Amino acid sequence: MSESSILSAANLRKSYRQGDAESLVIDGLSFALRRGECYGLLGPNGAGKTTTLRLCLGLTAPDHGEIILAGHPIPMDARAARVRVGVVPQGDNLDPDFTVAENLLVFGRYFGIKDAESKARIPSLLEFSNLTAKKDARIGELSGGMRRRLTLARALVNDPDLIFMDEPTTGLDPQARHMIWERLKTLLSQGKTIFLTTHFMDEAERLCDRLAVIDHGKMIAEGTPRDLIGQHIEAEVVEVYGENARAWGEVEGRKNSARIEVSGETVFCYTDDSKSLLDVLHTTQGVRYLHRPANLEDLFLKLTGREMRD
Amino acid sequence: MTTYALPKFSLRFYPIWQRNFLVWKKLAVASVLGNIAEPLITLVAFGYGLGRLLPQIDGVPYIQYLASGSICMSIMMASSFEALYSAFSRMHVQKTWDALLNAPLALDDVIFAEMLWAATKAMFSGIAILGVMFMLGIGLHPHTLLVLPLLFLIGITFASLGLVVNALAKGYDFFTYYFTLVQTPMIFMSGVYYPMEQLPPWLQTFSHFLPLSAAVRLARPLILGNWPSTPLFSIFILVVYCVGGFYVATILTRRRLLK
Repeated sequence: MSESSILSAANLRKSYRQGDAESLVIDGLSFALRRGECYGLLGPNGAGKTTTLRLCLGLTAPDHGEIILAGHPIPMDARAARVRVGVVPQGDNLDPDFTVAENLLVFGRYFGIKDAESKARIPSLLEFSNLTAKKDARIGELSGGMRRRLTLARALVNDPDLIFMDEPTTGLDPQARHMIWERLKTLLSQGKTIFLTTHFMDEAERLCDRLAVIDHGKMIAEGTPRDLIGQHIEAEVVEVYGENARAWGEVEGRKNSARIEVSGETVFCYTDDSKSLLDVLHTTQGVRYLHRPANLEDLFLKLTGREMRD
Repeated sequence: MTTYALPKFSLRFYPIWQRNFLVWKKLAVASVLGNIAEPLITLVAFGYGLGRLLPQIDGVPYIQYLASGSICMSIMMASSFEALYSAFSRMHVQKTWDALLNAPLALDDVIFAEMLWAATKAMFSGIAILGVMFMLGIGLHPHTLLVLPLLFLIGITFASLGLVVNALAKGYDFFTYYFTLVQTPMIFMSGVYYPMEQLPPWLQTFSHFLPLSAAVRLARPLILGNWPSTPLFSIFILVVYCVGGFYVATILTRRRLLK
């Protein structure tokens, strides 16, 4: 735990009672966020991402372990720590009875910010979230993307050092997602730290300086996106599909790749040198293929498996 | 964690209370009209309609008897409604409480604010009803001034009890049980519509310890210009329900939300 980390967690453990059974949701998790970075927490549904955020915010106590947020021990001193923190929750919880501007004003009061101070700050927050024209609109009149942007603006009313974002772009269309990403990059360039959970790998790859993959409450990999892909996975992927793909994969695919994975009708061939694979595919009937560099999604699926999670 | 710790009180409740007040202000006209119309209709209909058929009760016309008791019932209903349906919406449906807990506020602040807000909103009803009573010539005594703090005490008592039910609720349907199985029988056992002496003796003993009957025992004499006969006992009953209810509500809400 260095001085420069704005959030650190060591040996976190958290279990829930379900009837007679005890289920371990967080199992020995440790990590630290450096100031100014975007740190991603990836994992399948139920891996413990949201629980980790709740633990870090002091909304629930760990059974074991230590958390320091903005210099304050959590959960004992969580309130003081949250003064320096902004949160974009997974589901929108904007106040439907208020207008866009009122949502920001009222939320500022929860931080003890004077109305005059908030009113001076609200125009720039609205501009940042591209909602200036909507400042007097009710929440019900906003699109999903606008609500997310307002939720982001609301998380900034206290000019936080660290912003927690729990799946900030889930349910948004591509335009809205790109707009959120662009805003997050702006915040990073202003020196803010972002703690992001997501299950969009392109989002993580684009935004995160470092990321952690967790599953069953355990850290299974941590590092920069490029390093993780380099460490854990072959450089290239050839996706082969079509009526003959599976039969082809079992013989030729296996022979010419370092590793293959079959998912439905598609064979994923992982290799560091795709030349022989592509030569064979060129002359094979009844298959189509896509050649691309390995990405974070390949890494994620390798580490957490392809089976469905609920 | 500190599930069973005593509630921590702080002035941080104020912006939360203020938020609820701001929402109420937006709908205030309709709300105040309802606050005045409802008791006016009930008092006139029952008081004059039914009152014509009845002799005086405890030496006063029925409408006066009814008004001085039913104001407690109205406070109970208004406060409970806010602590159940409205608080549940904010806690469970709109997730307003989640947003509050992401700010530097503690759950104790939220519960305290909701409790005070429910009592505040009940006070708006109470004051409107007092206004209606004054128009009908009831309660025009200096004693009535003491009714105001009393109504607030009744309000926070039933708000606290309501928040206990709120913490246990799975959905809105759950509140129907509380209203029909707890509050409605309590109304009939607490001397709102008729004297408690009409009840069988064993039930009277039980009824004495109900919060609504304690409220009526205090409010009725004050509104009619007399002094309550056992004020300390009745205040004690209300305070026990209020403090006990608030503590239990705090524990149950922590168990529900901070897990």
